[in-house]
Amino acid sequence: MIFKIEDVTVYFPYDNIYPEQYEYMVELKRALDAKGHCLLEMPTGTGKTIALLSLITSYRLSRPDSPIKLVYCTRTVHEMEKTLGELKILHDYQVSHLGAQAKILALGLSSRKNLCVNPKVLAAENRDSVDAACRKRTASWVRALAAENPNVELCDYFENHEKAAENALLPPGVYTLEDLRAFGKNRGWCPYFLARHMVQFANVIVYSYQYLLDPKVAGIISKELQKETVVVFDEAHNIDNVCIEALSVSVRRVTLEGANRNLNKIRQEIDRFKASDAGRLRAEYNRLVEGLALRGDLSGTDQWLANPALPNDILKEAVPGNIRRAEHFVHVLRRLLQYLEGRLDTENVEKESPVSFVSSLNSQAGIEQKTLKFCYDRLHSLMMTLEITDTDEFLPIQTVCDFATLVGTYARGFSIIIEPYDERMPHIPDPILQLSCHDASLAIKPVFDRFQSVVITSGTLSPIDLYPRLLSFNPVVSRSFKMSMTRDCICPMVLTRGSDQLPVSTKFDMRSDPGVVRNYGKLLVEMVSVVPDGVVCFFVSYSYMDGIIATWNETGILKEITQQKLVFFETQDVVETTLALDNYRRACDCGRGAVFFSVARGKVAEGIDFDRHYGRLVVMFGVPFQYTLSKILLARLEYLRDTFQIKEGDFLTFDALRQAAQCVGRVIRSKADYGMMIFADKRYSRHDKRSKLPGWILSHLRDAHLNLSTDMAIHIAREFLRKMAQPYDKTGTMGRKTLLTQEDLEKMAETGVQDMVY
Amino acid sequence: MSSDWQVKYKSSVKDPGTSGILKIREGMLLFAPNDPDSNSKLKVLTPNIKSQKYTKEGSNKPPWLNLTNKQERSHIFEFVNYQDMHSCRALITKALAKCEEEPKKPAVSTSADQLSIADLQLRFKVLKENSELQRLHKEFVESKVLTEDEFWATRKKLLGKDSIRKSKQQVGLKSMMVSGIKPSTDGRTNRVTFNLTSEIIFQIFAEKPAVRQAFINYVPSKMTEKDFWTKYFRAEYLYSTKNTAVAAAEAAEDEELAVFLKPDEILAQEARQKIRRVDPTLDMEADQGDDYTHLMDHGIQRDGTMDVVEPQSGQFKRSLLQDLNRHAAVVLEGRNIDVDSEDTKMVAEALARVKQVSKANGETNKDANQERLARMSRLAEMEDLQAPQNFPLAPLSIKDPRDYFESQQGSVLNEPRGAGTRKRNVHEAYGLLKESILEIRTKGLSNPLIKPEVASEVFSSLTRTISTAKNIIGKNPRESFLDRLPKSTRDEVLHHWTSIQELLKHFWSSYPITTTYLHTKVGKLKDAMSNSYSQLEAMKESVQSELRHQLSLLVRPMQQALDAAFQHYDADLQRRTAKSARGSGGEANGRV
Repeated sequence: MIFKIEDVTVYFPYDNIYPEQYEYMVELKRALDAKGHCLLEMPTGTGKTIALLSLITSYRLSRPDSPIKLVYCTRTVHEMEKTLGELKILHDYQVSHLGAQAKILALGLSSRKNLCVNPKVLAAENRDSVDAACRKRTASWVRALAAENPNVELCDYFENHEKAAENALLPPGVYTLEDLRAFGKNRGWCPYFLARHMVQFANVIVYSYQYLLDPKVAGIISKELQKETVVVFDEAHNIDNVCIEALSVSVRRVTLEGANRNLNKIRQEIDRFKASDAGRLRAEYNRLVEGLALRGDLSGTDQWLANPALPNDILKEAVPGNIRRAEHFVHVLRRLLQYLEGRLDTENVEKESPVSFVSSLNSQAGIEQKTLKFCYDRLHSLMMTLEITDTDEFLPIQTVCDFATLVGTYARGFSIIIEPYDERMPHIPDPILQLSCHDASLAIKPVFDRFQSVVITSGTLSPIDLYPRLLSFNPVVSRSFKMSMTRDCICPMVLTRGSDQLPVSTKFDMRSDPGVVRNYGKLLVEMVSVVPDGVVCFFVSYSYMDGIIATWNETGILKEITQQKLVFFETQDVVETTLALDNYRRACDCGRGAVFFSVARGKVAEGIDFDRHYGRLVVMFGVPFQYTLSKILLARLEYLRDTFQIKEGDFLTFDALRQAAQCVGRVIRSKADYGMMIFADKRYSRHDKRSKLPGWILSHLRDAHLNLSTDMAIHIAREFLRKMAQPYDKTGTMGRKTLLTQEDLEKMAETGVQDMVY
Repeated sequence: MSSDWQVKYKSSVKDPGTSGILKIREGMLLFAPNDPDSNSKLKVLTPNIKSQKYTKEGSNKPPWLNLTNKQERSHIFEFVNYQDMHSCRALITKALAKCEEEPKKPAVSTSADQLSIADLQLRFKVLKENSELQRLHKEFVESKVLTEDEFWATRKKLLGKDSIRKSKQQVGLKSMMVSGIKPSTDGRTNRVTFNLTSEIIFQIFAEKPAVRQAFINYVPSKMTEKDFWTKYFRAEYLYSTKNTAVAAAEAAEDEELAVFLKPDEILAQEARQKIRRVDPTLDMEADQGDDYTHLMDHGIQRDGTMDVVEPQSGQFKRSLLQDLNRHAAVVLEGRNIDVDSEDTKMVAEALARVKQVSKANGETNKDANQERLARMSRLAEMEDLQAPQNFPLAPLSIKDPRDYFESQQGSVLNEPRGAGTRKRNVHEAYGLLKESILEIRTKGLSNPLIKPEVASEVFSSLTRTISTAKNIIGKNPRESFLDRLPKSTRDEVLHHWTSIQELLKHFWSSYPITTTYLHTKVGKLKDAMSNSYSQLEAMKESVQSELRHQLSLLVRPMQQALDAAFQHYDADLQRRTAKSARGSGGEANGRV
C-alpha cells in the first residue's frame, strides 16, 4: 500500500498495516525531520523492522536532493539476515511501483569468516585463523613477493577483485551474506573486500552493533560514513552492555604467557631484519618521528583491528621517543608484562581506579601514561614493519597492548579489578586483571555526535526514561507504543506455587530445594501434555540448568517430558546449539513437538525467535538476576549511583526484568500469532518486580493470573488454547481497528490518527 | 540334492529316540531307523512342513531339530553335532522355498490371466468376509454379465494387501532416551547385568557413530560381540561415575575402551557439515565469527551475567545435555534403514552406508539450499498484513444440515413424475386459498378474513406435504421410511442399489467403446440393467399400496440413473450405426 505521512509518500509492501506501525512511522518521521535522535519502544510482533525500513527508504525517495544513508545495526548475524530478507520484499515492492529510481544498494557486512569463498581459507577452524589465512594470501608484502616468486600462494578471488579495481561494483539490489557469496563466486571477486569497498556507495548497510560501537572494528569499517546517515539500533535493550563490553579488556595468566612468547618471536624477527633489511626498521623509525597517521595510508588488506580507544580520544601527536625504536618498545612491553604478572600474584581482590594504576605502573615499572596510550598503535606499526601475517598467533600481545592503550587513555568511567579466583569457584585459582568500563555513554558518544539521527528501538525499553540517562543523550522523540490487540493473543501468567501449593523460586536459598526442582518439573510435565508444538524454557543460568536437568533425569521427570515431546538444549558449544535449534524447528514443523531448554542472557535468548508454532509457551524459571556478588557488577552499580543517581536495587531489577521480558517476548511475531508466557517464581507477584515488565505484557497480565499454582495454570492454558483455536476477525472488533487498509489510512489523514485507533 | 545324516528320531520330547539315518530326497524327508524292525519309519513330504525349530548353539541342549507339519505333529531329530544340524536345516529351508514357488506354476500355466493361487485365495477371502460383495459376485460373474477380472478390476484396493504391506509406515523411534538401560543388579554379588535389545543397539549405533565404527572394525575380528558390549558398558559406567581421572587412566591402558571414552570424531565431522546447511536465521556460529568484541580476553569476563560452568576437564567429559540433543536429532531422522535384522553387524553396516549416502547427497545437493532460501523469504513476510493468498471462495456455512440436504433434494421434489397424490393435494389447497382470495376481492374483507376450515385445511395439507417429504428422503434415521418397509423388501431395495451401482460403474467406464470386447460387454451390461429395471417395476407393484408411493420415490433415482444409461446406450448405438453405415457407404463409394 502507498500512503502519505505528511509530505512523505510511504511505500509499504503489504496490503494492510497495524495502527501502531503507522504511528511508529509518524514518530520516526518527526525525528528524521528534526535531524535528532529518538527512542522508540514497540512490542515484538508488531512489525517494527518493516515499518522502520519502509519509512526510511521512503523518506530517502522523497528527498532526492539530500539522500540519506541507512545504517541498520543488529545484534546478531541471523538478525541481519532476517532484516535483509524483509528489505528484499520492500525493495521489490518499491521497484515494482516506482521503477528504476527506487533501486537501492543494500548489503550485509560481516567478517571474513562469514563472507569468504576461498575454500582453503575457509578450512581454518575459527574466525581468527580465517583472518590470518586471508592475510597470508592478501597482505601487500605477500603479493609483492608473489610477483617475484610464483610459488607464493595468493587468493584468486582477491586478485580478480584487485584487477577489476574501480570496476568491481555491485549492481543495485539487496544482498544478504549468502547473496554476496554467490555473487562473488560467480564473478570470481572476493565478497569480503567487495562488500567493504561497497560500504561507501551503499544506501543501506546492515551489520552488527560492534561495527559502530566497538572502536576496534568501527575504526576500520565505519570511519567513512557521512553525517547524513540514519543509524538504527534494533533490539537495543542491551545496548548499554554492548557499549561497556566494547571498552573492557582483561588479562589472565595465559594471556601473559602468550604475550611473552609473542615478544620472543618479535625479538627474533627484529634481529633477523636487522641482519637482512635494516633499512626497513630505520624507515619505520623515521615515519614514527613524523607522527604520521598510522592507518591512513594502508591498503585494505593490511588493515588490522583498529585502536581500542575511541577516535577522538587519540591524540594526533608523534609517538613518544622512548618507544620509537623497535627494541626499546619490546623492552617497555617486557616491563609491562612483568608488572602485570606481579599484580596477578595477589591473594585478595583489589579494586583500583585507572589513575592510581597508571601512577603505580609509572613508579614501579617506569612506564608513563603517554607511552601506554601509544602501545597499540606502536605494536601495530611494528608488526606491519616485520611483515607478520599470522595475526591469530599474536592475539595475546595485542590484548595486552589494548589494555595498555585503554588504561592510558581513560581516567574516568573505568576501574581495574584484580581477582585471584572466580567468586563462585574459590577452589580453582584463576587470577584475572580486568579493566572494566562502567559508562555505556563513552562508546556510543561518537555515534551520537557523528550521525544526524540515531534510532534506538526495541520491544523492551522499559522504563524508557532510563536509557537516555545510561547513554547520556537527548532524544527528540521518546515513545513507548502499546499493542492494539485483535484478540488477547498473549497470555502471561505468574506462577508462584507448585502443584503441592508450596512456593517456587530460584532465590538463592530455595533454588536447590528438591521440592522446588520437583515442582518446576511437574509444571513442565503437565504443560507439555497440554500445549501443542513448541515449548521454550529459560533458566537463570547454565549451571542451574545443568543441575536441574540432571535431577529431572534421575527422578524420571525428564522421561515423562520426553514421552510427550522431544527435548533440545542450549549448550555452551555454539555449533551444537545451532544444530539443536535447527532440529527443534524441524520437530515443530513435522508435528512431533519439542521443548527447547535455554538460558536467559544466553545466545539463544538474545536473538532467536520462537514465533508461531515454534513457541506456543515460554516458561521463565526464576528471575534472571545477575550474580550480585560480582566485583565488576558492584563497581558498575557504584558508578551508576554516583554519576546517574540510579539506585542499585532498581538497576538490578530493571536488568533482570528486561532479560525476562526479552525471553518471553520472542513468542509473538504478528497479531495472528499467539502464545503463553509463564513467569515461574513467587517474586514476580511482587509489584516492584512486576511493574518493571514492559507495558504490553502488563496490560495482558490479569489480576487473576498473578498468583497461580500449577493446576490453575494448566486450566488457564487449556482455556486459552481453546479460545485461540477459534476463528476471528483480523481487522478488529468492537469499533477498534487493529488492521488498517488503504482507505482507513486515507480517512485517518483527514480526521487525525487518534480517533481511529483508540 | 541329497544328503544323509546320522540322527535320533523322537516323536516327542520325552521319547528316548530311535537312531537311524535321515535323508533328504526330492520333495520329501525320509527317516530310516537303523533297526529295520522298528516301526518308526517316517516319510515327510517337504511341502507339508510348516515350521522348523532348533536348539541354539551354545545352549547346553543337544542339537535338536524340530519339524512341525501341517497337522501340528512334530518330529524331533537329534543330530550328532550342530554342524550336521545346520547343514540339514539349510537344505530343508531350500526345499521349502522351492515348494513354495511350485504351486504358482500350474496357476500360471492354466489361468490365462496369470492368476496366482495366492491371488485367488485372497479373492475368496475377501468374498467370504463381505457377504454383499459375494452376492454381487454371484449375480454378475456367475451369470456371465461380468468376467471375473472385470469384477475385480474395480476393487483393486481390496486386493492390494501386498502393496499395503510393502508401503507399511515405518515405526519411528521413541522420544525417550534408551540410555535408561539401567543395569540390574542381583543384590548379592557385584555383578551387573545389561539387557540389550536390537532396538537399543540400533539407537546406540545411530547416536554414537564412533561405537558403530568400532563395532565394524573390531567385531568379530578382534573381539566377540559380547566382549564388545561389555567394554562399551564399562565405558558408560565410567561416564556415569563422573570420575574423569579414572576414565583417563583406564583409557590410557586400553585403547579399545578409549574409543568409547573419547569425543566422537565422526559426530564432530557431521556437525561441521550440517552447520553449513543450517537456516541462516538460526546460525549462531556465524555470529560468533562476526564478534570482534569478545576477542580473546576482550569484553567483560566476570560480571556475573554469564556464569562459568566448571572447566570441562579434557576429552573425557561428555554432558548429559549433549547426549539428549544427539538423541533427539536421531529420533527426528527416524529409522532410515530397512534392515530389520537381529544381526548387529548388518545393522551397523547399513547405518554406516546410509550416512555415507546422505553425506554425498549433502555435498551435491543444491536444491536443498534453494529450498532453504525460499523458505527464508517466506518467513520474512508478515502473514496477516498480507491480503489472503487463497482464491475467493464462498464460505460453506451449514447451520442445519437437514436444511442443507433438503435443498439438495429440491430438484427431485420438483420432479413432475410420481408425486401425483401429493401434488393434487397442494393444488387443491392452493385452489381453496385462491378461491377465498377471489371472494375477498369481490365481496371485500369479511370477518373472518379466511374461513377457518379453509385455513386449517391449507395449513394441514402443507405441513403434511413437508413432513412426508422429510420422511421419504429418510433424513431422520430413526423415522426413516426404509424402516417401515418389510425386511425382505428393504433388503431387496438395498441390494438393487448396490447391484445397479455396480452395473452402472462398469457401464460408464466402458465408454467410449473402442474395442469389440467393450461392445459386447456393454451389450451384456445393458441387458442386465434392463433386467433389474423390470425387477424394480415388479417390486413396486408387489409392495403394499400404502407404501407404494414412497417406494417409488426411493426407486425413482435408480430408475432415472438407468434411464440415463439406456439413453446414452441408444444414442451411442445410433451414432455408431450411422457412422458405420456412412463408413461402409463411403467405402462403397470408394469402390465405385
